[in-house]
Amino acid sequence: MLHSFSRSLRPLLTASLLASAALTPVANAQDPVRLGFMDPLSGTFASVGTSGLNLLEFAVDYLYNSKGGILGGRMIEIVPLDNKQSPTETQLQFRRAVSEELRILFQGNSSAVANTLNQTITRHNRRNPGQEVLQINYAAVDPILTNEECSFWHFRFDAHAVMKLEVLTDFIAMNEDIKSVYIIGQDYSFGQVVADNTIRLLNEKRPDIEIVGNEFHPIGTVKDFTPYVTKIVSSGADAVITGNFGADMVSLARSIIDSGMDAPIYTFYAAYDGITATLGEDGKDRIRLIHTDSANPIASKTRRDFNHTYKDAHPNFDVTQSRLVNALMMVVTAMEKSQSTDPYDVAVALEDMRFTNIGGDELWMRPDDHQLIQPLYISKQTDEGIEFDADNSGYGLLTEYEVTADDTALEHSCRMRRPRR
Amino acid sequence: MNEVFIFATLNGLVTGLLLFMLASGLTLIFSMMGVLNFAHASFYMLGAYIAYTVSGYIGFWGGLLIAPLLVGALGAGVERYGLRRVHSYGHVAELIFTFGLAFLIEELVQFFWGRDTKNYQTPELLDFALFTLFGQEFSAYRGFMIAISLGIFAALYVVLTRSRVGIIIQASISHPHTVANLGHNVPFIFMCVFGAGTALAGVAGVIAGPVLTTFPGMAVVLGSIVYIIVVIGGLGSLPGAFIASLLVGLLQSYAIAADAGMPELLEWLGVSFERSHPLNDLWTLKLPQIAPVLPYLLLILVLIFKPTGLMGNREE
Repeated sequence: MLHSFSRSLRPLLTASLLASAALTPVANAQDPVRLGFMDPLSGTFASVGTSGLNLLEFAVDYLYNSKGGILGGRMIEIVPLDNKQSPTETQLQFRRAVSEELRILFQGNSSAVANTLNQTITRHNRRNPGQEVLQINYAAVDPILTNEECSFWHFRFDAHAVMKLEVLTDFIAMNEDIKSVYIIGQDYSFGQVVADNTIRLLNEKRPDIEIVGNEFHPIGTVKDFTPYVTKIVSSGADAVITGNFGADMVSLARSIIDSGMDAPIYTFYAAYDGITATLGEDGKDRIRLIHTDSANPIASKTRRDFNHTYKDAHPNFDVTQSRLVNALMMVVTAMEKSQSTDPYDVAVALEDMRFTNIGGDELWMRPDDHQLIQPLYISKQTDEGIEFDADNSGYGLLTEYEVTADDTALEHSCRMRRPRR
Repeated sequence: MNEVFIFATLNGLVTGLLLFMLASGLTLIFSMMGVLNFAHASFYMLGAYIAYTVSGYIGFWGGLLIAPLLVGALGAGVERYGLRRVHSYGHVAELIFTFGLAFLIEELVQFFWGRDTKNYQTPELLDFALFTLFGQEFSAYRGFMIAISLGIFAALYVVLTRSRVGIIIQASISHPHTVANLGHNVPFIFMCVFGAGTALAGVAGVIAGPVLTTFPGMAVVLGSIVYIIVVIGGLGSLPGAFIASLLVGLLQSYAIAADAGMPELLEWLGVSFERSHPLNDLWTLKLPQIAPVLPYLLLILVLIFKPTGLMGNREE
């Protein structure tokens, strides 16, 4: 029995051995290109991380894997790493990424985490030449990452907080009705950057605007914002500025609306992931957002098709962070250009890259500090003229004000140390 | 300044009474099992999510009725088929069981409802300003929250101290064997108390969901503070939980409202530091920044000066 079995198996075995021997070099090239995605996938800020992961996985399939992959037929695989938005957990997940040989890491949420990762990667890369890791930062906007703490191994695809605030304060300065503003934010690096620079820029542009409040609250632990809002209301502010995101953003906006106050709220992140639906009619013409993407009107057919296909695949999600798609496409372009997935080669190819994204925006990766220079938009929440709404609520973001890429570029203080090869 | 003080008091009351709704169930369950139920805040979250779904079909008021019943039934089921079996392996096993249950419920909620914030709104009936003071509105819904929490406290107090059922429950907690010998079904009573406790958490979830937003992190955000409250109030003491809840609610609210901090204290002391001082972060600290940490500070003080809690009487 055994004898006949092995005899009948032998030709098959030989054939497959031969085949695999012949295929070996090719099989190697068929290994997927693995990219790490490190963001909170559980805990208080899980919704932001999950929506990013969904979008990245979709973009990978839609743009590359379904069209035969990259670098001559290699598929892209996204490996999620849940850092719970905690710097400690980030270190652990980074160790895991290294042991799984993930050499390119996408990370966005929380500047505190991005700073930790930046330091960890810089140290790791110095100690492990040939094993370098590349940080693709698609959302952390603490200016320090492309200034004092800039690194050859870090690329930022979002505009940093001061770039955004320049545009936002220009926009506020144009509104003569605003005589006083209240600043409230999460008590960590990004929140402080927002507060300090808003005060500085408003003082330059509109010295007559009074800063009637500058409040910090702990990140992710406030249950009820009503006590804070009481102070905002009694200060008589004409406008509120906040860098809050996730649950902290929606709770704050809800409390402001519930208090009966009708001042406009200028934000960085008050849309999508349930926020737009929760604010709904109450947020109409009041919630404004500075971001890198024109959600409505849509500028190109490619972008429209992308949005529609994404909605078909994920009816409950929206294209929330198109800069993640920009980052992916530019990284892949860099890989194709250098015909390599090695972080050093990819980094060199990314520097000074000019790229037109699927929305038709012109992007430039400034080589001196690895900051992407791109157009910026201010949008408001409304239900009029909305082609792609948020949270299926009928409400979405409509572009009100636009600044071209060149006008958003700021000086930087980066002295980049380039590794020698 | 007056308006800020009045609104801070009202806000503190709302938060405090909401916390009490959770703490009352938790402290009841503690006095019965002798173990902290770590999954208690998860039942609060379940209440909010179930009510969100139910309210989509039959409106907010239907949700307010059905969600706590479902959560209570689920809680009773957990006691009957989970905790009771684990009980024979001792307190550590029970503790770990409830700890695991908290994770399980959080994951289940994310599995069924997703991770985004849910659009759970206050009912239209209460969508008006109850009164306007110094140009600030106090919403009717917050008034409703205060009323319902006070109602529950009164009902609990009367049932536990004035009714026959309450006497039996109290007796089962202190002398379970005697009560069993008198012919009462003690395990059944425990199951009911557990169910009632979780149902209370469910009610808290239903009424807190629309104002504190319904999202998967809501249990964690509120949970830690509730455990602190039952310890501050004295484990197992209902009046203690009531006082501690209000204390914590008001403490946080006043701290946020206060515009004072280290700069004012230093000025008063006549001391000043350069901005470049290594401890500059400490010297510029304001009360509102540390408000959410104050309950933990209070916990430490209570543990130092009265380890049994404000009204606790456990001396073991």
